Amino acid sequence: MTSTQVSAQAPAPQASVARRRRRLSRFTRRDIIILAVLIGLPVLLDIALIWGTTLTSIGLSFTDYNGFSSPQLVGLHNYHEIVTIYEPFWRAVRNNLLWLATLGVFATPLGLLLAVLLDKRIRFTRVYQSIFYMPVVLSLAVVGFIAQLVYSRDYGALNSLLGRTADPIDFLGDPSINIWAILAAAAWRHVGYVMILYLAGLKSVDPALKEAATIDGANERQTFFRVIFPTLRPINIIVLVITVIEALRAFDIVYAVNSGRNGLELLSVLVTANIVGEASRIGFGSAIAVILLVTSLGFVIAYLTQILREDRR
Amino acid sequence: MTQSTPDQPLRLASSTVSRRTVLRNTALGAGALAIPGVLAACGKDSGSSGNSKTVTFGSNYSDAIPKAGIAAVMDAYQKSSGVTVKINTQEHNSFQENISRYLKGNPDDVFSWFAGNRMKFFAAQGLAADISDVWSGLTGFSDALKKAATGDDGKQYFVPIYNYPWAVFYRPSVWQAKGWQPPKTLDELTALCKTIKGAGMDAFAFADKDGWPAMGTFDQINMRTNGYDFHISLMAGKESWTDPKVKQVFETWASLLPYHQQGANGRIWQDAANSVYQKKSAMMVCGSGQIAQSFQGADAADLDFFPYPMINTEFGQDAVEAPIDGFMISKKAKNLEAAKALIKFLASPDAENAYQSKDNGNIPTNSGASTSNFSAFQKKCQAYIAGAKQISQFMDRDTRPDFASQVMIPSLQSFINKPSDIDSLLKNIDAQAKSIFATDN
Repeated sequence: MTSTQVSAQAPAPQASVARRRRRLSRFTRRDIIILAVLIGLPVLLDIALIWGTTLTSIGLSFTDYNGFSSPQLVGLHNYHEIVTIYEPFWRAVRNNLLWLATLGVFATPLGLLLAVLLDKRIRFTRVYQSIFYMPVVLSLAVVGFIAQLVYSRDYGALNSLLGRTADPIDFLGDPSINIWAILAAAAWRHVGYVMILYLAGLKSVDPALKEAATIDGANERQTFFRVIFPTLRPINIIVLVITVIEALRAFDIVYAVNSGRNGLELLSVLVTANIVGEASRIGFGSAIAVILLVTSLGFVIAYLTQILREDRR
Repeated sequence: MTQSTPDQPLRLASSTVSRRTVLRNTALGAGALAIPGVLAACGKDSGSSGNSKTVTFGSNYSDAIPKAGIAAVMDAYQKSSGVTVKINTQEHNSFQENISRYLKGNPDDVFSWFAGNRMKFFAAQGLAADISDVWSGLTGFSDALKKAATGDDGKQYFVPIYNYPWAVFYRPSVWQAKGWQPPKTLDELTALCKTIKGAGMDAFAFADKDGWPAMGTFDQINMRTNGYDFHISLMAGKESWTDPKVKQVFETWASLLPYHQQGANGRIWQDAANSVYQKKSAMMVCGSGQIAQSFQGADAADLDFFPYPMINTEFGQDAVEAPIDGFMISKKAKNLEAAKALIKFLASPDAENAYQSKDNGNIPTNSGASTSNFSAFQKKCQAYIAGAKQISQFMDRDTRPDFASQVMIPSLQSFINKPSDIDSLLKNIDAQAKSIFATDN
């Protein structure tokens, strides 16, 4: 077999061979190698790091693996325990849903509102932008530390501001309110993130659309909801995806505050506490991870079907 | 997750978790979601493979005072032996939380750990090296201490450096000024609590944000109410948590909770200890080594304790909770001989003296260690432990780690939030205990 490289450059004797090969395949051997590497490597990594680990987790979730002895199959035992006697689980589910609802219903619209207001070229708009965007550059773990300084029962700034130094509110220790205190901190960060995304989107909206709407007699509200908002569809999708992801992967802020216990349970924390902690209940923790995976898949599938259906239209 | 060495008193913003810890744990957590097994293989690099002049030491002595103590010990060893000790310090709570992964990955040659069930658990998993040969040459340890260093298979895996008693600590100067006397019985304690509350102070400083400190109070009330044997049997999963005996413990505790500092689940124990120091709280159930860190310098003399009051005459104040801290060699030690030489030194009076030069809240376990510099407080601690009829370790050292961390921490926290709902709480603990203790290791 001759080198296709040579044949490509010097067509003389092997030209007919090369042409025949080219008819069979438009790729040279070098192309094939490059393609194999470029596609094969990510596929291998994908299989090893995503599919392999996911399937391992699913497999482990049906065992009593504790990291030491060889895993024994226990069927649905772990799942049964999680939903029946593992008390923190339902609190974690509730908190994840609250997280999603708060970010989706409260923080995201607020971010949009801020973006619309700041898009109006009011004075000092850059200053406001910077202020609202500031929390986004902080990691959620840092937001967690700031939250502790603000909310602490014994030395927190908020109790001083409220004048409740004699009978301070236990924002972080009281499990009926600490999730709201933490959600406020998480939302504070999320608002800035959403705002900057919408602000970028609004800047790219063609001003002619607005003018046309105004000429047609639309008032400002109609212009926004009927004309501007629909053109922001790509941004809306990004924001929606980010909101769902943030709600499901929330971890660091509650971990920084109290290791995600006592009212701040989240699914991600329970997975970590069971698998990574001294407990080493890997089978049990994997089962929680699978539940989190299935929940995430629900959102992913719903999202993809929506996208595909709209694209087909 | 464990009682033991604390942070240097943090008077303002207090968090025992550093950002780096969180990030590391987050990374570990993310990895754990993916694949637990792979992670075990990629621990941190501890270097020094096979170099007989270097030995690595994994330390959970992360707080300022204990850290200085360990540094003094290792300095003494380096000077006397010419061997370099590389100390890898991790934040105290996260060291414990990551211990399984650490030992299965790439652990240091020698590492700090705790006696009791918590040691036996990892020895039984084959993660610790047998050091029976080192023990045959050790002197100065009682049989009880040797037993606390012995695994289920009868071999030794641990050398102790110090222990410290759990009791009720208070400031004598405050109590004298107010005319309060250490209570001897539960009735006296309850009456005193009312008096203290009337004086505008919290009777008990209380914190359980980290989840483990409240275990100490449970241990005390349970051993006073039901005795040491029942307590240990309960910890071993051999008793039912719905037993009326256990219910009585929680009822007694619930009757005292109104006199505890409120908001315990949001407070770290360092802040609770400081409230005793600041004369805002009258007393605190904790370990001597912990609260002593809030009483440094001239204030050190103004710290005293009394045993938890008697609840049941049958058991009096017989049992003492005195956790033992010490060291183990990992199974994967790269330099076993050097590790054994180091651990032999760590069990010597010289090591204990070096440690005591920096941290004097604890009691050296080796009888050869110098007591000439002991304060009256240390002498009293030592006599208290020596006079014990039975010695417990601590809930998270006397029971399985998964039960302590995944069941008891959330359960005690919800008890503190809602002390009225004891029945359903115990039912839930019992169901989880039965499930966890049914699995073998």
